Amino acid sequence: MILDTYDHRLIAALEQGLPSVPRPYREIGERVGLKETQVIERLKALREAGVISRFGIVVRHHSLGYHANAMVVWDVPDEEAAALGELLSALPHVTLCYRRRRAAPHWPYNLFCMIHGHDRDTVEAQIETLTRECGLAAFSRAVLFSHRRFKQCGARYTHSTPEKAAPNRDAQRPDRGQQGNVA
Amino acid sequence: MTPPLPDSTDAPRLSEMEKRLLNAFQDGFPLVPNPYAAMARELGTEEAEIMEVLDSLRERGILDRIGPLLRPHRAGWSTLAAMNVPCERLEQVADIVSTNPHVNHNYERDHEFNLWFVVTAPDKEAVEGVLRNLAQETGLDALNLPLEEAYHINLGFPLS
Repeated sequence: MILDTYDHRLIAALEQGLPSVPRPYREIGERVGLKETQVIERLKALREAGVISRFGIVVRHHSLGYHANAMVVWDVPDEEAAALGELLSALPHVTLCYRRRRAAPHWPYNLFCMIHGHDRDTVEAQIETLTRECGLAAFSRAVLFSHRRFKQCGARYTHSTPEKAAPNRDAQRPDRGQQGNVA
Repeated sequence: MTPPLPDSTDAPRLSEMEKRLLNAFQDGFPLVPNPYAAMARELGTEEAEIMEVLDSLRERGILDRIGPLLRPHRAGWSTLAAMNVPCERLEQVADIVSTNPHVNHNYERDHEFNLWFVVTAPDKEAVEGVLRNLAQETGLDALNLPLEEAYHINLGFPLS
């Protein structure tokens, strides 16, 4: 699916979420120059084409009791990454899993997964279990727990405007994490 | 599969209606002219109650927004970046990074590479331009770790 200017405008208009009014798509349409029905049809098409992977309520996972977040990375042969990634993805507690480009010599790891849990001990135990269950023990690994969150908001795919986003001044508060778009 | 809600004493108290609403609409939010009325019909209540519940979840910081999550590299470009920041400069550098409008996540993690952030922009060149600007502003180069293959993208958190 090739996206046109209106698709990009629509995605940009939705970065802050649907407005809390009875006809939210009409209001979004007014902002981007589309009719309500066109907004709805375009969103359906983007969803069906997989450009939008899901459309709905985005929660802040910290506020739901998920306080510990670890990024776990392994250095596995590229050709084995997909099979291992599928194994990891099937496990509970794995919320994201993907292969990224390495950045040798500083960063040898290519298989990434994200684990959310109630507390650090629980997440550490889960990491040991999934490492064993997926046959990952032989590969070089790093575990990176998150600490302070300096900023978290919806992705911005449009070009910058002169108005700059303010950094998150609530960075020390551990209760505002949300799910965002995957990079 | 997604994890069950942790059995936590500090997890928020959610009403039955809030749980049903969160379980039903983290994906498949109605794409119809009156979505809140459609949700109300599905959950056996009124449009006004749905809007009140959503506003309350928003005020309590549980709901961030209602909208799309995008599959990577379809509507734009993005990367995960990491910097090795000297401890005494961490807050200052994090502030510079967060101020950039193309950065949408910025976390401290316990590793030699201690500052992790996501950069999104219309295309690859623009993402690389953002990284160059940040390197200039901070005096630190960032690792550029673009996604090559996605195996699993979170589809929401179920509430028991």
